[in-house]
Amino acid sequence: MRLTAKILKKPITSALIAIVCGFLVAAVVLAAAGYNPWQAFGALFSGMFARPKYISNVLIKAAPIILTGLSVAFAYKTSLFNIGAEGQYIVSAIVVTLLGVRLNLPAPLLIPVLLAAGMLAGGIWGGLVGLLKAKYGIHEVITSIMLNWIAFYLSNYIVNLPAFHQPDSTGTYPIRESGYIMLLPNWKRSPQGMAALSRIPWLREVMMRTDVNFGILIAVYMAVLVGFVLYRTAKGFELRAVGFNRDAAQFAGIDVGRSLLESMLISGALSGLAGCVAIMGAAPHNISTLAAFENNGFNGLSVAFIAGGSPVGCIFAGLLFGGFLYGGQTVQADVGAPSEIINIMMGTIVFFMALSKLISTLADRLAKGSALHAE
Amino acid sequence: MQISDKYAVQMRGIVKTFGSLRALDHVDLDVRKGTIHALLGENGAGKSTLMNILYGLYQADGGEIYRNGKRVRIKGPNDAIRLGIGMVHQHFMLVENFTVTENVILGREVTNSLGVLDMKRAREDVRRIVEKYGFQVDLDAKIEDISVGMQQRVEILKALYRGVDVLILDEPTAVLTPQETNDLIGIMRNLAAGGKTIILITHKLKEIKQSSDACTIIRRGKLIDTVNPQTVDEETLAAKMVGHPVRLVVEKTPAQPKDAVFEIDRLSVRDKRGLPAVKDLSLKIHRGEIFGIAGVDGNGQNELVEAITCLARAESGTIKINGEEIQNTTPQNVIRHKISTIPSDRQRHGLVLDFSCEQNTILEKYRSGPFSRRGVLQNGKIAAYAEKLIREYDVRPSTCALQPARSLSGGNQQKLIIAREISNEPDLLIAVQPTRGLDVGAIEYVHKMLVHERDAGKAVLLISLELDEVLSVSDTIAVLYGGSILGTFRQDQADEKTIGLLMAGGKRHAVNS
Repeated sequence: MRLTAKILKKPITSALIAIVCGFLVAAVVLAAAGYNPWQAFGALFSGMFARPKYISNVLIKAAPIILTGLSVAFAYKTSLFNIGAEGQYIVSAIVVTLLGVRLNLPAPLLIPVLLAAGMLAGGIWGGLVGLLKAKYGIHEVITSIMLNWIAFYLSNYIVNLPAFHQPDSTGTYPIRESGYIMLLPNWKRSPQGMAALSRIPWLREVMMRTDVNFGILIAVYMAVLVGFVLYRTAKGFELRAVGFNRDAAQFAGIDVGRSLLESMLISGALSGLAGCVAIMGAAPHNISTLAAFENNGFNGLSVAFIAGGSPVGCIFAGLLFGGFLYGGQTVQADVGAPSEIINIMMGTIVFFMALSKLISTLADRLAKGSALHAE
Repeated sequence: MQISDKYAVQMRGIVKTFGSLRALDHVDLDVRKGTIHALLGENGAGKSTLMNILYGLYQADGGEIYRNGKRVRIKGPNDAIRLGIGMVHQHFMLVENFTVTENVILGREVTNSLGVLDMKRAREDVRRIVEKYGFQVDLDAKIEDISVGMQQRVEILKALYRGVDVLILDEPTAVLTPQETNDLIGIMRNLAAGGKTIILITHKLKEIKQSSDACTIIRRGKLIDTVNPQTVDEETLAAKMVGHPVRLVVEKTPAQPKDAVFEIDRLSVRDKRGLPAVKDLSLKIHRGEIFGIAGVDGNGQNELVEAITCLARAESGTIKINGEEIQNTTPQNVIRHKISTIPSDRQRHGLVLDFSCEQNTILEKYRSGPFSRRGVLQNGKIAAYAEKLIREYDVRPSTCALQPARSLSGGNQQKLIIAREISNEPDLLIAVQPTRGLDVGAIEYVHKMLVHERDAGKAVLLISLELDEVLSVSDTIAVLYGGSILGTFRQDQADEKTIGLLMAGGKRHAVNS
């Protein structure tokens, strides 16, 4: 019993239980709507794994939301709720598109410039929230929701500027190819490349049929880096101290206001990086008119939550989420069930993660119960 | 002991478990009618838990309760009050802008046949009780205008008005001045003489000697003994309470103060509501001196400390350490100028409870070598340092380095803070209520450390609400009232009575020494 209780208290356990619950609830909903849940889940998984290009697309889809997940998780360690990841992502996408369209630079220059500019834009968007919080005590949720909408309409305004708008489309011109971060974009279309790839069919499929790019590598690298910063550096120590107990941190001489600002700057920069990866990494390499939020930032909230705030956990949660998002399209195509079923599943998973406190309480009960029996 | 109607309350074999903690382990209690019965124990010994069970706030996991020899079941405070058992908690539950009478009758309003409040009759009823037991209370004063001691009497009145026979008082003197404490003991005696039974929860030995007819000692949830406090000395009571002999007197040699290292000149500070809290306060502390500030809570102690540590703005005046002004800078600057503070609220200001003990030891030092290099924490150095502090300051369990500070007992949390602050090698050590909520053993330890720092040539500022503590530990004693220092005394010239009067805002009887 004690062992059971111990296993139940591991964060990964609550994540797994939440995921199982997500499937159960989705199954009930599907069945109630007259679809066969097994068939739907089968379609979901085959949509994720059946072909090499699916897997590649899952990774492409996952990279930005791993990054926005990291953004939310980082802020959360300083006890800030960064619901503004969406806006930070959008402003970064705007800036990357503008510069990517206009700057005529070779790839070794353009790529770093765009990455830096996107992170800076996101960082400023997040930092603004931190500044308002530190200086005037305005709650970060309010300011970041407002900034989300400002970013949203700013984006639509920019898209429709004659200088950037691509005629007969809903978007801007794409950025220059020297700003792409796809894997060997020129080589794979060269005769040698084609020849080499034709010998390895799966690789050929991945390379030719998807925008396979460095995004996932950047996301994994950032997850490890964020983990290192939080747990192994003096700055991370400081930010976490502020997150756990602002009063004690202040008493110990930590500048709490500055910590809040820094935390939001970094968090915003991570969401900004997500925007970079999305624009530079995959077609259509531009921004287009938004009818509603694309949810790359809001999905980061769910990712961070499912990961229990752990940076490395964000990789797995992001992959799961990315997989569901991509595979969900197959559910709609093959089974006819609306892809919104994926949102129901994700919502359920997040809901049960929130209940994970309950699981650990139950585990305590269990341990206590067995202790009483042992007497 | 037999179950008999000579006893107002008898409890048998009471068991209560919280999680994995056995808070009460088969505790018996026999309270004779018409007596004052003290319940003595350290913090967390289980005395409040036992009384909360009697008052119905908790349900026991096992055991029986008898009232006047009859078995009773108490499922909630309403059951308890119906059985004539009342309780006055440490934190009062009064309506601030109601009068004393209104508060007393609240929930038991007297109405005439039309259902209209009959204040005249109610006031008469309350007055009768007041006269019978010699309370000195203005029945028409509003709660917000009367002192804490008075408010406590209103709480007692409330219980009596509900026809309570057995009155439980939970640490009633924690908030009182010495004079108010004496008054309360007088009232308790009157009540007992009038046939009421009083159960007094306390950890203050002196009060028990002064007031009680019997004293039951509880240690770690177990019944240790019931003694007659009139025939047993304080050392014995203390030893029974903690389980080993304790020295109640602070041992120290006369102070040998050297040059003044810390100086406050005409400091004024406003509180969070913008009202003046510290007014024109000046003081000087020397190396090798413990400067104690006595005073009732809310007389500017918090604001004074916050101004020194730069958490609050000094409106005017200067604060100097080693000749350098530090007022209105940053907490970090204060620490850099060798001022270390043991805060009054150790869980809120002293520790990051979710950090490990190890991380808490470097809370003020993580920025620089040897604990971080080029911004990266040096885990080996940190672990070695924490290990050393935990060993030197005897923080228990000795294996706590990687456990969250939350898991430590209050006394050990305090030891961890003291270890951290003293190892800063400050020129001025500020200790605010350093023994609040600690048991006798831990208190002895804290006092020893303060004296040790003094003997090492540091200046020590002790701010405490416990007058006994200030009197026994400090070399110089100042009384803080209404944000000003009303008098300063050398330890050998300070007597409890004069200081008690000043704490209540009385006229200055002594001249600055």
